Amino acid sequence: MPQYAALIYSRDVDWSQPEFAADTAEYGAFGQSAAAIIRGGAALYPTATATTVRVHGGKGGDVVTTDGPYAETKEALTGFYLLECDDLDHAIATAAQIPGSWDGAVEVRPVIPMMG
Amino acid sequence: MTEPVDADAASALARLVRSEGRAVVATLTRQLGDLGRAEDAVQEAALQALEAWAHQGVPPNPRAWLLRTARHRAIDRIRREQARPDKESEAVRTLEREPDQPSDSVVHDDLLRLVFTCCHPALAPDVQVALSLRTLCGLTTVEVARAMLVGEAAMAKRLTRARQKIAVAAIPYRVPPDHELPDRLATVATTVYLVFNEGYAATAGDDHLRTSLCEEAIRLARLLLDLLPGEPPLQGLLALMLLQHARSAVRIDAAGDVVLLADQDRSRWDPAAIQEGVVLVGEGLRRTPGRPDPFVVQAAIAACHDLAPTYADTDWAAVVSWYDVLLTVQDTPVVRLNRAAAIAERDDPEVALALLDELTGLERYPFWHASRAELLARLARAAEAADAARTALALDVSTPLARRLQRLAGAGPDRA
Repeated sequence: MPQYAALIYSRDVDWSQPEFAADTAEYGAFGQSAAAIIRGGAALYPTATATTVRVHGGKGGDVVTTDGPYAETKEALTGFYLLECDDLDHAIATAAQIPGSWDGAVEVRPVIPMMG
Repeated sequence: MTEPVDADAASALARLVRSEGRAVVATLTRQLGDLGRAEDAVQEAALQALEAWAHQGVPPNPRAWLLRTARHRAIDRIRREQARPDKESEAVRTLEREPDQPSDSVVHDDLLRLVFTCCHPALAPDVQVALSLRTLCGLTTVEVARAMLVGEAAMAKRLTRARQKIAVAAIPYRVPPDHELPDRLATVATTVYLVFNEGYAATAGDDHLRTSLCEEAIRLARLLLDLLPGEPPLQGLLALMLLQHARSAVRIDAAGDVVLLADQDRSRWDPAAIQEGVVLVGEGLRRTPGRPDPFVVQAAIAACHDLAPTYADTDWAAVVSWYDVLLTVQDTPVVRLNRAAAIAERDDPEVALALLDELTGLERYPFWHASRAELLARLARAAEAADAARTALALDVSTPLARRLQRLAGAGPDRA
């Protein structure tokens, strides 16, 4: 069965704070209802905590870090799930149950299967 | 091919290969689980058929011949490619077990699956149109590129990406379940209407390919109605296209310019298309007594125009009523604009102008400014009419409308 990454783009806030308990509970409910097809995932701290890493001059070259996310956007990548679904329709229907899809948007991307 | 008889025979053969080829693509896609691979194989088989049948005659069952040949091509190709993933060799085994002559009902379902895959909402509308033309209408990539005014390489890339998305994102190859069918059918109908509009919007009279898109869309709608008989959106879609296409002989003048509805020679409209369209509107309305389908209602409006002996004799009260109905199912600023234009004919320009001025979000839409210019001119407010005409001209308008607007723009004081 194909796997999909459901990338959640929503408010760039600190979901670990108590004020977001209700939102977190919604995610918990989704996690339970979709437990059979969730293969992984995580919620992420806000982009203010991000560090972007680049290596200049090829592998082993100079490590250059920048404070902040790879791309500054209004809605940030705030979490993701790895889902195993029958097909894209199933993945879309599942993504539509993720709170981020009404709080922001969820990008569904097929995962390249690992060979061997 | 210089002999006309031979040319006719060749084009009949090409049509046969194209229409049977579509069914074969549909079946082979299911068997292979890969649209791109199926299309490549069927294309090779089609070339072979054109050559073989021209010399040896058409076989008794052309579809079975094409399917068998395409399947051999596909198996050859899969075997030639090394290190195939398991899925592919499985596909070869499955293919070899499949019958040469799937029953009509299997082919029917395969065609429906193909339609719903090509018109899947996860594909962008222009991608759906391109795929429909390539896969459902059987146009070549070059023809699709020319029809959509895109370079050949860009179109080839767009189609390849679409097939890749269908494959790796696993867009399902199936007819949607009943509860999803209305939405999905609306997407299909919209895509076919986009194909029609690609042709309808083309005004260059010499570019036969673009205008023939209208006929492709009508053929496609007929196929869909065959596959899903009695579906109101499809009845409305076919009716709307027939009723608009009925005017095609006089819609473009010798110079290639669009002739406005009021100025068309109605004696040269196609009565058979109008009659067929009107019957379909009636059926579509009977089947949707509660909530009418937007395509059926738009077709009803087109029917009001097609049935009027002259522009002046148009039943504007009926047109306005249909727009009222359309607003209940499709409330957009453009529908409101068209309704206001009908109100101007039924009542008076002042009422219509007030309705137009209430609309927001149409500042970039040339017809809003053009309609305002027209109504202001009728109300003898020449300076304001000229302003509105100039604004419309600064946006993108067709030549005859531009000529008319230039007259209105000239009637007012110059801005300089």
